[in-house]
Amino acid sequence: MPWNLDNDRPIYLQLMERIQHDIISGVYQPGDKLPSVRDLAVEAAVNPNTMQKALSELERCGLVYSQRTSGRFITDDTSLIAEMRNDLAQEHIRDFFRQMRKLGFSDEDTLEIIRDTIKKGGYNETDS
Amino acid sequence: MRPILECNRLTKKYGSFFALTELNLSLERGQIAGLLGPNGSGKTTLIKLLNGLLVPTDGHIMINGLAPGTATKKIVSYLPDCSYFSDHMKVKDIIAYYSDFYKNFSTERASKMLDTLEIDRNMRFSALSKGTKEKVQLVLVMSRDADLYILDEPIGGVDPAARDYILRTILANYNENATVLISTHLISDIENVLDRVIFLQNGRLALNETVDEIRTKYGKSVDALFREVFKC
Repeated sequence: MPWNLDNDRPIYLQLMERIQHDIISGVYQPGDKLPSVRDLAVEAAVNPNTMQKALSELERCGLVYSQRTSGRFITDDTSLIAEMRNDLAQEHIRDFFRQMRKLGFSDEDTLEIIRDTIKKGGYNETDS
Repeated sequence: MRPILECNRLTKKYGSFFALTELNLSLERGQIAGLLGPNGSGKTTLIKLLNGLLVPTDGHIMINGLAPGTATKKIVSYLPDCSYFSDHMKVKDIIAYYSDFYKNFSTERASKMLDTLEIDRNMRFSALSKGTKEKVQLVLVMSRDADLYILDEPIGGVDPAARDYILRTILANYNENATVLISTHLISDIENVLDRVIFLQNGRLALNETVDEIRTKYGKSVDALFREVFKC
């Protein structure tokens, strides 16, 4: 399946996010070898040069590194991955609170609802 | 390295009508470019000029530094917008024909693609559906090791699933120094596989930018930009 991409944001950014997400969520383990640019591009159904750009950018952030003859690998630096994971979680939480404020809930109210939902176990039902 | 394709003040007149007017365009190697524009904007005229099927009224075309001719036909793999095979030929005859005709044709690659698409080699071309005919022709064109692939509406007649396969076929088969020029109206289907897009309008170059430049600059897809620029 081609990767699901929005059509109004730069493609390379979305490819970066997707690979970053795959690293954080453990689809790729630290030290894993990444598929070739061409294979990744074919899988995502995107232009190989765009995929190349996304990988170069991820290299600059230190999430992947390349070894000249043997290809590209996921970083072994588990603390960097943990840090990225926290950043992403923070981002989701801030987004969530922003949405709730738009609906007129104070942060305290939102926390209350969260506690309530957990108590009832209701969060499992919508998690598909 | 010099660009694979250079057009310099390229002009084509049909009678008193200017189909292309002083077009300057250069395409680097290793790119996939979309040639987009409304009906009658000059896309097919440009493609025919590149393949030596039309002669420029004025200006120049250089393909790998050469004017279109026998030498450039060896390195250009062209998918025209209509079929040119004799109807009585079977798929396997056409494969043999191509293999005979082009030194850089890989029968093995063609066979693999025909198998994936489940196309029967013993069928007559005339007995194939419109979409299957298009698939066969694209298989032939992409089975050549060319420097420049010119595809005129390669996905117009095929179903969405086959469209995905064809785009993958293009992605998987062009070599990294080759350039692919695709003309199409189905922009949203191919947007993600393009490096850049070339908009033609009334025979002139209206835009020549990378897909991500367009998305960054205008905050919208190429498809949405096209609809805005060429609003009727």
